[in-house]
Amino acid sequence: MFKNAFYLYYDGFRSMVVGRTLWKIIFIKLFIMFAILKVFFFPNFLATNFDTDTERADHVLKNLTEPSSANGNH
Amino acid sequence: MIEQIDLTMVNWARATFALTAMYHWIFVPLTLGLSFICAFFESIYVKTGDEQWKKLTRFWMTLFGINFAIGVATGIILEFEFGTNWSNYSWMVGDIFGVPLAIEGLLAFFLEATFFAVMFFGWNRVSKGAHLFSTWMVAIGSNLSAVWILVANGWMQYPVGMKFNPDLARFEMVDFLAIATSPVAISHFVHVTSAAFLYASLFVVAVSSWYLLKKRHLQFAKRSLTVACTFGLLASLFVAFTGDEHAFHAADVQPMKLAAMEGLYQGEAPTGLVAVGLMNFSKKPGDDQDPFIFEVKIPMALSLLANRDIDSFVPGIDDLVYGNPEKNIMGVEEKMVRGKLAVAGLGEYKAAKKTGDDLAAGKALTLFEKNSDYLGYGYLDYAEQAVPYVPLIFYSFRVMVSLGTFFIFLFLVYLYFLYKDQLEKQALLLKLGAFSFFLGLIAHEAGWIVTEVGRQPWAIQDLLPVSVARSNLDAGTVEVTFFMFLILFTALLIAELKIMTKQISIGPEGD
Repeated sequence: MFKNAFYLYYDGFRSMVVGRTLWKIIFIKLFIMFAILKVFFFPNFLATNFDTDTERADHVLKNLTEPSSANGNH
Repeated sequence: MIEQIDLTMVNWARATFALTAMYHWIFVPLTLGLSFICAFFESIYVKTGDEQWKKLTRFWMTLFGINFAIGVATGIILEFEFGTNWSNYSWMVGDIFGVPLAIEGLLAFFLEATFFAVMFFGWNRVSKGAHLFSTWMVAIGSNLSAVWILVANGWMQYPVGMKFNPDLARFEMVDFLAIATSPVAISHFVHVTSAAFLYASLFVVAVSSWYLLKKRHLQFAKRSLTVACTFGLLASLFVAFTGDEHAFHAADVQPMKLAAMEGLYQGEAPTGLVAVGLMNFSKKPGDDQDPFIFEVKIPMALSLLANRDIDSFVPGIDDLVYGNPEKNIMGVEEKMVRGKLAVAGLGEYKAAKKTGDDLAAGKALTLFEKNSDYLGYGYLDYAEQAVPYVPLIFYSFRVMVSLGTFFIFLFLVYLYFLYKDQLEKQALLLKLGAFSFFLGLIAHEAGWIVTEVGRQPWAIQDLLPVSVARSNLDAGTVEVTFFMFLILFTALLIAELKIMTKQISIGPEGD
């Protein structure tokens, strides 16, 4: 069964036509997203700037209780 | 950087999120709908044993695969944005969204990833029945993934089954079933998925119409159209039905959104529905100007849609902003007073906990909990801030509804000419059909504008405005990412169009 499953994927990947281009696009896209965008442009704000959940909760509470620090425009 | 405030940041963050979501939504509905259409085609093949249906299935499956590959993971960028641009919101809803999104991830992984390989690589390797089962599982798995995303979105429109924890600043889940079976979430899911089925049907109509116009693959195109138009007609009727249900729920839990959809400023009983209207863009809440330069109304229709009662009162924007004691409607100003009490209570609770004053903490908590339903209003500076941008919602709603109605007629006319076996002679209709796919995309995006712009200024209805949901970042950082996404997604879209059109021009023989 495992052999059959292996050859399903192995032969499937080998015989791809359009799929080869698509896999290239997928890998390039994932590389841009995870190795560039996520690392350099999308750090998790709370995870990066605070060490503990208590600090994170305090920060959010501060924004909630001191509206001047996060005031309303929309 | 943490404490630096820039009020324009929230607008860039919103624009980035809107851009990402709108591009993401080009790919998603096609995946949701085309997976089912492929399953229908393959079911006919298995039932009839006709190899032409197999060829047809494989062709559409290839186009499905192209769309899936280009679109896959584009939604993850939305999650990146939550953590970076919307960190307050992200923190506050983590407990609510964790479960639905985890279920979505598991379902997507096990159902889609497992059966996807069999669907594409398994022809001639597994039995016909096993292959068909895999195709159906991919279709069901894709659509089940959408359930949990839309449950999360539905919760933002109608937050139920939770309690706010003032120590952790988090909304915590207390009733999973209430969240999963919220009427808003369910109507949202059925409306969005049926619209996706319609959109995918339009895609098949567009490609098949192009073949008929080019006098290529005639039998193939007509077979594809018969299934797609039947599915599309049923889907478009269901979209109309579920859209009505969606608006009915909006009248109950998001009356401001419904009033904006209708450009209704002064509530009345009974209320007509504006079928066609030219809005007065200088109209503001509370002024004496007429909201319309020109309008054609269907008498009593809005009362029927909102309350299932043709004589009922439907509140307008002015009723909701300034209150209407006669109809027992609390105005935004009063809600703001109560919201500010909730904010003050939360602040006092935090201070009392810090000093270890349990008595004061208890009193502050009572004050907060008494007013917590209006928490979000505590962050507004003036009552009119609770009104979304009316013209955009009004026109988007009409674009969506008009196109939805047009699609019903389009599918009917196609089916009529298919039945008469005269479709290939209808060049004008075929050109319209080929173009309708783009109209479907416009209808979809317009629908999302109604849903998402219509609930502004709220990230979570009544509880958290977008201005407080955001991170304390400077606008420049977000501005850069906006343009990066614009480039990335445009590149992906160009890649999709290029590969897709190449495959379509090769046709089913090239499979």
